[in-house]
Amino acid sequence: MFAPRSDLPLDRDPLGRFLPWLIAFMVYLAVLALAGVLVINGTAGRWERGLGGTVTVQIAPADSAEAAGVRLRAALDVLRATPEVAHAEPIPESRIAALLEPWLGEIDAALDLPLPRLIDVRLKPGGDLDAEDLAMRLAAAVPGAALDDHRVWLDRLLRLVHTVEVLAGVILALIGLVIAGTVVYATRSGLAVHLDAIEVLHLIGAQDSYVARQFADRALALSLRGGAIGLLPGVATLIGIDQLAARLQGGPLPDLALAPAHWVILAVLPIVVAVIAMLTARVTVMRNLASMF
Amino acid sequence: MGTAERKGVVVRFQGVGLRYAAGPEVLDNVSFELEDGAFHFLTGPSGAGKTTLLRLMYLAMKPTRGRITLFGDDTATVSRARLPALRRRIGVVFQDFRLLDHLSTFDNVALPLRIAGRHESEVRKHVVELLRWVGLENHLDARPQALSGGQQQLVAIARAVVGRPKLLLGDEPTGNVDDHIAIRLMHLFQEMNRLGTTVVVATHNRSLAGRIGHRRLRMEHGKLWMEHPKAPAPAKGGSGAPRPTEAPVVRL
Repeated sequence: MFAPRSDLPLDRDPLGRFLPWLIAFMVYLAVLALAGVLVINGTAGRWERGLGGTVTVQIAPADSAEAAGVRLRAALDVLRATPEVAHAEPIPESRIAALLEPWLGEIDAALDLPLPRLIDVRLKPGGDLDAEDLAMRLAAAVPGAALDDHRVWLDRLLRLVHTVEVLAGVILALIGLVIAGTVVYATRSGLAVHLDAIEVLHLIGAQDSYVARQFADRALALSLRGGAIGLLPGVATLIGIDQLAARLQGGPLPDLALAPAHWVILAVLPIVVAVIAMLTARVTVMRNLASMF
Repeated sequence: MGTAERKGVVVRFQGVGLRYAAGPEVLDNVSFELEDGAFHFLTGPSGAGKTTLLRLMYLAMKPTRGRITLFGDDTATVSRARLPALRRRIGVVFQDFRLLDHLSTFDNVALPLRIAGRHESEVRKHVVELLRWVGLENHLDARPQALSGGQQQLVAIARAVVGRPKLLLGDEPTGNVDDHIAIRLMHLFQEMNRLGTTVVVATHNRSLAGRIGHRRLRMEHGKLWMEHPKAPAPAKGGSGAPRPTEAPVVRL
């Protein structure tokens, strides 16, 4: 792996051997946190897009099948007369029963359980539906009709997603702090160990930046090595989770797969970490040298 | 920058005193000037302050009092950012060599050129040429630990002169080599001096200084005296140690 020519024996520092492993561990955690955010963010986006163009109308169960049919038709009439609606289709009772099956078990149609009727409404793209107005018109035409534009549910979901994102952001920031703190500590101890050699470099006419570059190059090389070590098990873990999720396909779990762009972001993560480590080492050396010599 | 700098003065000490912590003054009111192109031996017994005087000259420390001017720059007011440029004009042979242990002979000698940002092909040419001249062409890749004391000293000297400094300071630069090599090295210093480098060589080897025959600065008890090649040493008092009653000002 890339090892810069150095005037200082930084290879021999015990912290130099320890740093790549710490960075590997941190990169592993960061990969998982970042992947989690990307998956959740993507899933929420898909749900929002999927539900954004639809509303559902729910009609309370009536006393008789005829009454229910009348209400359903009345509701459909209102919906089809609404210009923003592209398509309104009652959801068959068998499908409603199937939807409830995981919770209620197999429903015997003969039991005549009073189930609400649902109408799936697809909106015209770009249409600006006034959900409140439609809900009022529906309620006026059909007693017990309610309009669900999924907004409340979506808002809650997005709030949850946002909270998870903030949490992951905090975790990533903490990981960054741990890396920066360790690099500061390693660099300071390196400065102390090599004080004599650094003084010689200074007396020969080295600028602070010349000394700083040696530490920064070293931090970059060690971090890239550590990042690569951490990225591999991180990717393996994600692939493993993906395989497990694929076996549950069709269940209530959303699609957990990462998009190609997400993999690119994860691959860039170790490079970002290495650059943070490099800049931290440089700033540490510059600050300390200014107060030492 | 000094106000009325005379052209051609490389080093100027004015009333320089130095003490370590609360100890006695190691240097006591030292004043002298070194003109461009001068060659001086700095003699005196161990502990007289020779190394301290040199350390002040190569900017390893600051005086407790007084004023030091190097190449026309007052070292007390020169900015930290400008120090490396000043130091690059000074070559130093440290008493304990101060070679970097993990670097080869070649890399140790190459340091000043690399630090100055010289091109690697130029670095190789100059360093190999110089190491051949001092007889270390077969030890280019050797680490200092693998070299004898004398060879390490040669490496230290090569590192000091490779950048063609304007001021060359040697702290016992021939302490670990045979006399014939010492003379050869002195000739190298003289050659550099002829090319315009101001040279100060601290040595306790008075016979060597006598043989080369340059003017001498003599340190004793923190005070600086000028000795002419044939002038007698300062008269000794009853207790054996000379005690100058007032600070001598040496203009060379």
